[in-house]
Amino acid sequence: MHPGQQVAVGSPGRRQRQRVPLPLLLPAVAGLLFLVLPLAGLVIRAPWSSLPQRLAEPGVLTALRLSVQTATVATLLCLALGVPLAWLLARVDFPGRRLVRALVTVPLVLPPVVGGVALLLVFGRGGLLGGWLDATFGVTLPFTTPGVVAAEAFVAMPFLVIAVEGALRGADVRYEEAAATLGAGRWTTFTHVTLPLIAPGVVAGTVLCWARALGEFGATITFAGNYPGRTQTMPLAVYLALETDLDTAIVLSLVLLAVSVTILVALRDRWLTRP
Amino acid sequence: MRARPLLATLAALALLVPAGCRAAAPGTGPRPAGSGVTGTVTVLAAASLTESFTRLGRDFETAHPGVRVTFNFAGSSALATQINQGAPADVFAAANPATMRTVTDAGNATGPAATFARNQLVIAVPEGNPARVTALADLTRPGVKVALCAEQVPCGAAAQAALGAAGVALTPVTWERDVRAALSKVKLGEVDAALVYRTDAAAATADVDAVEFPESARAVNDYPITVLRDAGNPTGAQAFVAHVLSDAGRRVLSDAGFQAP
Repeated sequence: MHPGQQVAVGSPGRRQRQRVPLPLLLPAVAGLLFLVLPLAGLVIRAPWSSLPQRLAEPGVLTALRLSVQTATVATLLCLALGVPLAWLLARVDFPGRRLVRALVTVPLVLPPVVGGVALLLVFGRGGLLGGWLDATFGVTLPFTTPGVVAAEAFVAMPFLVIAVEGALRGADVRYEEAAATLGAGRWTTFTHVTLPLIAPGVVAGTVLCWARALGEFGATITFAGNYPGRTQTMPLAVYLALETDLDTAIVLSLVLLAVSVTILVALRDRWLTRP
Repeated sequence: MRARPLLATLAALALLVPAGCRAAAPGTGPRPAGSGVTGTVTVLAAASLTESFTRLGRDFETAHPGVRVTFNFAGSSALATQINQGAPADVFAAANPATMRTVTDAGNATGPAATFARNQLVIAVPEGNPARVTALADLTRPGVKVALCAEQVPCGAAAQAALGAAGVALTPVTWERDVRAALSKVKLGEVDAALVYRTDAAAATADVDAVEFPESARAVNDYPITVLRDAGNPTGAQAFVAHVLSDAGRRVLSDAGFQAP
């Protein structure tokens, strides 16, 4: 059953051809230009003639593959941990909930480089847990691919949690109450009623989370270092290319953009457009 | 019908944009009536100059009351890119001549750059030297984690030259983006060693020990400085460069571990 689809509040007159009020249109267009012009700058400045050679350079594909893989794993990790966390924040009344909610947003406020140092202080070999992890399980995160995933998940998870929590708070609790009256436990209610109800919110949060993970730079280079094939994701490759060769940096940025937009559009068609 | 508001919007934006641009033009205080130095001097300097230039800036401000020196310390190459893209600044000090050349070749300097200091590499190790590193060759021992600067930044180029001179083939765990990032990995104890400038190790003696190695003499970095063509405060810029090149400036630099050119 998909309660989410039935609840849709009477769709607002989308087809109305009214004049768009100027106080909305002006800032909207300005905002759009502000967001799109830098992209246009990259496209215009790109060295199109030498594009194929630059793309064929060996490091590019490796960095791209690593980026997509780590961002995807990080997003799965965020889903596994973040959705329950969002549920806890939205549905369970516990002391200190406001504080916890504020703490969840810490990675949003923290400069990512500082986030990377903080991760080192916890998971580094001299860190709070790092030494124990290494001695007990032989797990070291810094300078490894799992370290990249950890850095990306740390920075990206708040986006998912906030989106899902918002969806949970906006969802009609009466469906959950009805399920409870009919004898469903809280877990069953969560999986059969709540999750389908907030699916669009989860999808939106996942997209945000993945995009943020894909573009992650500061925490990654600080916590996981920079080594081609192991921890050098596209943003790191772009940064280092920028040191010597602006054109290559632009090409790499465009590749990252093209791939992420393609994947997001494809997923959107797959998941968000239902017959 | 719908096109009209859009056009109006674009027209409005076209009016707005130049106004917004003009608002920010740093480095241009009130111009001096005579030849005295006034206003703000904006200096872009290599990350490895952080401590010594901060001190030079304070001395300069003391010598010229009312003048302010603002710094932007970062990797030389990043700074060079910013300058070539029109970043407003008065003085550029790079950590190697090759990076400076990208700015002078683009015609963004007022003339040839002057070399004001030289620097060479040491092996920075966490305090107490847990991996007992005494020479470059020790860095290739299994289990010894090493951070190097990426080859694209000056300290990385110098490290490659030194390793090449020593005939040591080294695989680091990470290629760091600048010398300070490499050093911070040592400070945190996440790597056993990093090749950094002697001056960087000297600025971090609380957490880091420096191991000298003979091959570093084969990879000495010259530090060039220049006044930028688009300097908003050319008088101040020239005075600051002169201060760096003066005997007092040399003393500050040699205190920080730099060698005289």
